[in-house]
Amino acid sequence: MRQLMTGNYAASYAVKYAGVQVIAAYPITPQTQIVEKLSEMCAAGELKARYINVESEHSAMAACIGASSTGARVFTATSSQGLAYMHELLHWASRARLPVVMTNVNRAMAPGWNVWADQNDSLSQRDTGWMQIYCKSAQEVFDSILMAYKISEKVLLPTMINYDAFFTSHTEEPVDIPDAEKVRDFLPGLRRGRIMDVDDPCAFGTLVAQDTYTEFQYKIQESMQDAKKVITETCAEFKSIFNREYALTEEYKMSDADEVIIATSTMFETASVAVDELRKKGSKTGALRIRYFRPFPSEDIIRALSGKKRALVLDRNISFGAQGIFCQEVLAAAGGKGNMPAISGVVLGLGGR
Amino acid sequence: MKMTIPREELMTKGHTGCQGCGAMLAMRYALKALGKNTMIVIPACCWVVAIGPFPYSALEVPVFASAFACAASTAAGIKAGLEMQGKREINVVAWAGDGGTFDIGLQSLSAAAERNEDIFYFCYDNEAYMNTGRQRSSATPYGAWTMTTPKDSTKNEFKKDIDAIMAAHKIPYMATLSISEPEDFIRKVRKGMGIKGMKFFHILSPCPSGWLSDPSDSVKIARYAVETNIFPLYEVENGEKYIINKKIARKKPVSDYLKLQGRYRYLNESQIKTIQEAADKNWRSLLKKEEFPDT
Amino acid sequence: MTGKIIFGGAGDLPISPFTKGSMVFNKTCAWRNIKPVIDINSCSKCMICWKFCPETAIDIIDGRPAIDYDYCKGCGICAAECPGKAIKMTAEEK
Repeated sequence: MRQLMTGNYAASYAVKYAGVQVIAAYPITPQTQIVEKLSEMCAAGELKARYINVESEHSAMAACIGASSTGARVFTATSSQGLAYMHELLHWASRARLPVVMTNVNRAMAPGWNVWADQNDSLSQRDTGWMQIYCKSAQEVFDSILMAYKISEKVLLPTMINYDAFFTSHTEEPVDIPDAEKVRDFLPGLRRGRIMDVDDPCAFGTLVAQDTYTEFQYKIQESMQDAKKVITETCAEFKSIFNREYALTEEYKMSDADEVIIATSTMFETASVAVDELRKKGSKTGALRIRYFRPFPSEDIIRALSGKKRALVLDRNISFGAQGIFCQEVLAAAGGKGNMPAISGVVLGLGGR
Repeated sequence: MKMTIPREELMTKGHTGCQGCGAMLAMRYALKALGKNTMIVIPACCWVVAIGPFPYSALEVPVFASAFACAASTAAGIKAGLEMQGKREINVVAWAGDGGTFDIGLQSLSAAAERNEDIFYFCYDNEAYMNTGRQRSSATPYGAWTMTTPKDSTKNEFKKDIDAIMAAHKIPYMATLSISEPEDFIRKVRKGMGIKGMKFFHILSPCPSGWLSDPSDSVKIARYAVETNIFPLYEVENGEKYIINKKIARKKPVSDYLKLQGRYRYLNESQIKTIQEAADKNWRSLLKKEEFPDT
Repeated sequence: MTGKIIFGGAGDLPISPFTKGSMVFNKTCAWRNIKPVIDINSCSKCMICWKFCPETAIDIIDGRPAIDYDYCKGCGICAAECPGKAIKMTAEEK
């Protein structure tokens, strides 16, 4: 069924189709539509989930962590300041190895107040142990949420699905909503890992001394690396059922390109238009989208850039005192590799500009 | 042999609580009341250390260590997760110190109370940040010494009235508990088990290393707290119906309680008088609340 | 599991720090400076000592309290609370 809907509603519908059992969220523009729609679905009995109206994003993530520790499928959504307020518990979710799934509508950080698109909120959470996806369309938001549950429940690390404020969150686009039955086949209620159980009492997350702390961090890093394979396999399975293709990265007219625009989220769509314009003028330009930020798809990026002459990274974010964050990451991936293009970056589009 | 409390132990030997720690007795009694069908959330506090390091635990029920500020919301999440999977009968407990209740955890506790989450919230109140080495909290009483209210600058403010705050939330059930009255302790927790919605329990928890008291005096100090009306034992139903559990015919002067604790060693006579007056006033107000629930 | 648990390496460890072992392996008797001794002739078997032990280190054996010296930390609450003064705190022999 094809329907016209905003990116936010696409997120709500995906949560419904994923059979989420506990939702805990706190309102923040431009995320509110997601949680309003979910409340409506819960109230109507269309979604059999408990909706917890918490008093803060900190408690939203705490409640998700609690519910996930019992084996329930959980969801929350936030944006900007809300994500920053959640920061402590982002570490908690990943280190407790819980498959929490969250959408974050990328919005600028205050002061001054600005509700428009900007990626500094989620990129500030880079080292919290969450997988991060950057989506370019409402359809991708829907599909990514379904896949995120499957991937997170295998890898046992949480996933943050990011998309641009207003450009995606509030713009209506046609979204293909699949049969519920097909989704159930793709995403059964199975989950690996230990859960809180009165018949098998364990204590989770008490003191861990120097002798084993590093090992637990190593396991997260190992799982993050393994996640690339799980993501690729899940995307392939998704394609076989729903006929839509996703990967860690996306390429546009890259095969014969000698110069590359690297972008994320909706900026990639603009970059693709620019590629067509530049090609009309005789340039051999291509575009590369980084879809997964964590785990970072270094191998795919190196392969895509190999033999190209120039690459320009567009960043709707900035690491003050350094540069655009995706540009830094691309440079780090390409460092020491042969046959790499000259890579430069530009920071643009901050606060929805 | 007379057994006045259940024999079953769900707290094991070998925990790392200090000698004479009141919070250990509190957990022991709480678990005797609640039984095996219980899950506990413990935020940052002494108990998350006392339980023992990975890969061990001194509790024979599942425990989830939460972040400091969110014991109540984590417990609410656990309850929701269990309920949505059809496991409705499990007692979900948040077990926090005074820092995690009166200070950093108050926001999430207040919200859980307002939503009337079907959980048990226990605050074992040792009246300061004891786990980090005895720093002042909003539960620290007037006149007490801590590392951050040192000599010449002991605490000049009164303890935050958490019980009044919780009663104002009109939660179905709350009670104060003392480790010196295990039978009353267990009876009230069991009463809470028959009530759906938020249950709040406030336990005064003597701390020999923080109160600078003799470990052998912990139960006595808790008893004196009750008998001096420093810490009266009572229950509140729906924020309105007050039931005082113990009315002392010949109450002791507060000085009997204070002099057992080195943290009060800098008190002068006028400060002791202030504490006495505050305890008397609090008791009168409690009697009034019991007599006139509608006022 | 009540014994000490030794891990060979990262491969042996669970994915996250969840705990299955019991603290019973941790004998806390070394904390003790003074030790309680029950005079069984004066003991009325009221079990008040058992009731107030923060260590659960007083067992009930044949209807009588028996101190488990492997775990008793020597806090002295049992002696202080014993109504018949049947428990004396005595110097620990080291």
